[in-house]
Amino acid sequence: MSFVNTLMKGEQGLFKAESLTAMQKLTLRFVVVGLVYYLFVVVEGMIMRIVEVEQIDMISQEQFFAILTAHPLVGIFGSTYAIVMGAFLFLVPYLMKKPLYSMKLAHWNFFLIAGGTFIFWLAGFISHYAPLYTLYWPLPADFTQFNPVGGAFFILGIALVMVGSIFFVINIFKTIAYTPEGWEKQPGAKLLGSAIGTVGFGNLLRKKEKRKEHLVSLPVAAIARGTVDMALNAGIILFTGLLILTYMVAAILGYDLKDTAVDALLYKNWFWWGLDLIADGLVLIFVAGTWYLLATMITGKKLFMQNIARAALLLELVVSWTVWSHHLLADQAQPAILKVVSGEMVTAFELITQGLAFFITLATLWAARPLKMTNELKFLLGGLLGFALAVPAGIMQADVGLNRVLHNTQWIIGPHVHVAILVGLTMTLYAAIYLLLPILTNGAKLYSQKLANLHFWLHLFGGIGMGAFMGMAGLKGMLRRTLYFNGEYDLYMILALVCGALLLIAFLLFFINIVMTVGLEGLIGIFKPVKNKNKDLVPAE
Amino acid sequence: MVDSALVLKGQTIAYTCYTVVIMLVMAWFALRITRPGKSKVNPALFYTFVGFLTVLGVSLHIITYNTIPWSEMDLKRHEITPDQSFAIDVANHEFILPEEKMVIEVGQIVEFDVTSKDLTYGFGLFREDNTMLFQMQVVPGHRNDILWKFLKPGLYTIRSTEYSGPKGIAMIEENAVEVVEP
Repeated sequence: MSFVNTLMKGEQGLFKAESLTAMQKLTLRFVVVGLVYYLFVVVEGMIMRIVEVEQIDMISQEQFFAILTAHPLVGIFGSTYAIVMGAFLFLVPYLMKKPLYSMKLAHWNFFLIAGGTFIFWLAGFISHYAPLYTLYWPLPADFTQFNPVGGAFFILGIALVMVGSIFFVINIFKTIAYTPEGWEKQPGAKLLGSAIGTVGFGNLLRKKEKRKEHLVSLPVAAIARGTVDMALNAGIILFTGLLILTYMVAAILGYDLKDTAVDALLYKNWFWWGLDLIADGLVLIFVAGTWYLLATMITGKKLFMQNIARAALLLELVVSWTVWSHHLLADQAQPAILKVVSGEMVTAFELITQGLAFFITLATLWAARPLKMTNELKFLLGGLLGFALAVPAGIMQADVGLNRVLHNTQWIIGPHVHVAILVGLTMTLYAAIYLLLPILTNGAKLYSQKLANLHFWLHLFGGIGMGAFMGMAGLKGMLRRTLYFNGEYDLYMILALVCGALLLIAFLLFFINIVMTVGLEGLIGIFKPVKNKNKDLVPAE
Repeated sequence: MVDSALVLKGQTIAYTCYTVVIMLVMAWFALRITRPGKSKVNPALFYTFVGFLTVLGVSLHIITYNTIPWSEMDLKRHEITPDQSFAIDVANHEFILPEEKMVIEVGQIVEFDVTSKDLTYGFGLFREDNTMLFQMQVVPGHRNDILWKFLKPGLYTIRSTEYSGPKGIAMIEENAVEVVEP
């Protein structure tokens, strides 16, 4: 096949968009939108990296901070949420061998995530609304710096994403518990109990012979437990958004509400409690569940120590509700007991829960050796390495002593956040994409293994390198969320910029590889209306 | 008291060693799982690993509490009488410093009591080479106080360490604190 023919029709013309089921199309739409938003984030990151080294006329300081505000939110909601939701809306029915509860809800979920992200991104781009994702009170309601109309659209976009998240939560739990039409009555409450972990917890208190069996598989349990955190997080962010919106609407109508009506420290506690349900909750739980799924699918074997893995997921859920105070170790008014117990001690449990998931995944792979080094396996190993690097970095900064000299430096955002997200999380997602590609495309063949190999190495070196150079700058005193004008940290920022360029090239190679795999016609076909509207996950034989 | 630069140096060495080891372990693992060989994993190894992580997680904070002197001083600061105290206000993205220059003698324990009149800011002291001596958050409506024992003479710059809008990047008071030999 000629290059142009492959570009149009995909590798060997194997991908036929019209053969896709409605569920496959929806999942692929989520993935494509998630990847497009990932490109947004990488380009935004590169722009900020350039400005960190050299001020450019095109990007004003207000624009820089608007990008800084949108960057992590687009990354988490527009990219990660979209890919994860798409994958899990497919995987839960796939693993439970039953149809998704509601395709309509799933479509609304898709539009709200994609549309909400675009609205808040655009509102920030145009109006320069820039209170950062932390939204420390009363900054989001500081209308001497920000336009309340732009801010209102920004918050509206976030709220739409949260409504989309709630639709996802409903669809996941209903899919686990409901009885499909024509099926024998399903034990809904028992299925939910098994998924959330109450059955497993009860088994700890029961005699061996009276222990109940697990009705849902371990990956479904992981998805359900992470989804609990997503529901709580959506509630907190929606509530906070409503509060901020009240101040904005009042300002637009000419009223000046007193911002002292809200206690800044109490606000910081509840908002971080909610935000941390993402960073230290659902991300870690979803990632652990995805590692387990990938390890069992790659090896075809049972998970090593699977009962302990299941218990660890429940522990991780409880831990995620109680660790938020590590974000307030530099707040002197925060009670010392919260700093020590929640900020230090409970946070240290994440070393154990994430370490368990790391070990169990490696042991499962080891038990199946020799394994072929497939794309999904190498990206899985990259993801494991990412968290092995980032989690200890996080545990170090969650220490009363060390936090005094690390808080808000580039150390936090480099070796911890960027390595966790870019290397740990993103490489795990890439592993899942490579694994699910043949299932979701009905057997499309990857265009180029060489491009996939380049994608892996450039992404791995780019991600780890960027985190390392940011970390070195942080240890030399470079703050995050600010700009330097006298070249104080240029060397580190130029090196981080080079690593950022590797990440961008890696993504472009991956994107080219995927486009050449499915073809431009196939890519467009994913977004065309589906003819067969039944609830089949994959086409019937 | 140990200087914060020394603490960071120790952390850098420890973390760098760890990153090299874990990358080598993963590279070794990736190589070995593609080859045939013994594949059974002894559960004892798993429990040993869990035990190691538990000891590590708990001992990290015990070690730092007992070796980083400002940890204990910070948690018990209300029981300590400082040698000097400086009250600083922050409003409209500006530090309002005491009228007289803040001069401190080496070895003194000093209290900085910083009050925000509007937004959440940060308060950090930085050495002449831009490295950080310490920082804290400055939250409006609450007391933000920190004790610090100064060990080395020099000039220290105050900088807001928390984002408070684009205007916040100019919140720098060059050489605002001078530490001198007694």
